[in-house]
Amino acid sequence: MNISNQEYGELVKRHSPPSALYKTVPMAFVIGGGICVIGECLLNLFAYLGLDQEHAAMWTSISLIFLSALFTGLKLYDRIAQHAGAGTLVPITGFANSVVSPALDFKSEGFVLGLGAKMFVIAGPVIVYGISASIIYGIIYYIITVFQGG
Amino acid sequence: MEYVWAFLIGGLLCAIGQVLIDLTKLTPARILTSYVVAGVVLGALGLYQPLIDLAGGGATVPLTGFGSLLAKGVREAVDENGIVGAFMGGFTNAAAGIAAAIFFGLLAALIFKSGSKINES
Repeated sequence: MNISNQEYGELVKRHSPPSALYKTVPMAFVIGGGICVIGECLLNLFAYLGLDQEHAAMWTSISLIFLSALFTGLKLYDRIAQHAGAGTLVPITGFANSVVSPALDFKSEGFVLGLGAKMFVIAGPVIVYGISASIIYGIIYYIITVFQGG
Repeated sequence: MEYVWAFLIGGLLCAIGQVLIDLTKLTPARILTSYVVAGVVLGALGLYQPLIDLAGGGATVPLTGFGSLLAKGVREAVDENGIVGAFMGGFTNAAAGIAAAIFFGLLAALIFKSGSKINES
């Protein structure tokens, strides 16, 4: 964690303006809720186009990630994030932003160890702990099914 | 009505994140990680699916939804393949999201100019 503390600090600053809870929380609620409504619209759009629920959800994620990458590249996402805090962090667009933003910032340090490596500064830990948690669940689930004779 | 629920539940999940940031000074990286792991746990316990049924995008768009997707993938893979499924299902279901973030991240980094943000702040 030590190496990335500075970069984290940069993100903390961007995602959490130092104002009072009564201001930051409603902003996070409204903007985060708004992003989710966009997601719901996309879900319905893809369902309308004839995709089943699973594929509609997948294309919704891909679309939101694309939009987030675009807005991050245009420097608009971070501008919104200054006001939205967790509202732009918690949705999957925030995950995409955490990939795109360091990729852009560290491009100057090279395409492999700059762009390529720094891309995972935040997404890396998310994947490490998310996947590990899912594997632990999978093993527990397997043991339960064995005992149940499944 | 589904849009109202999507807004309320999605907004609520983000508001909780904001309270955590303001009160505990958790870094965004830790918030994201906690949300995904929390989603795996809630998905594993079967508590997240009702929220998805109620709020749709309000539950699937936040990263807890991503976590519950990992749990669902693992469950289906174990049902199909046995114990090795525990090592397959997570990435199977996360594949589209992670691949999209990597690919569009690369494209955006190649197309757009970097750096102005750090200089601004």
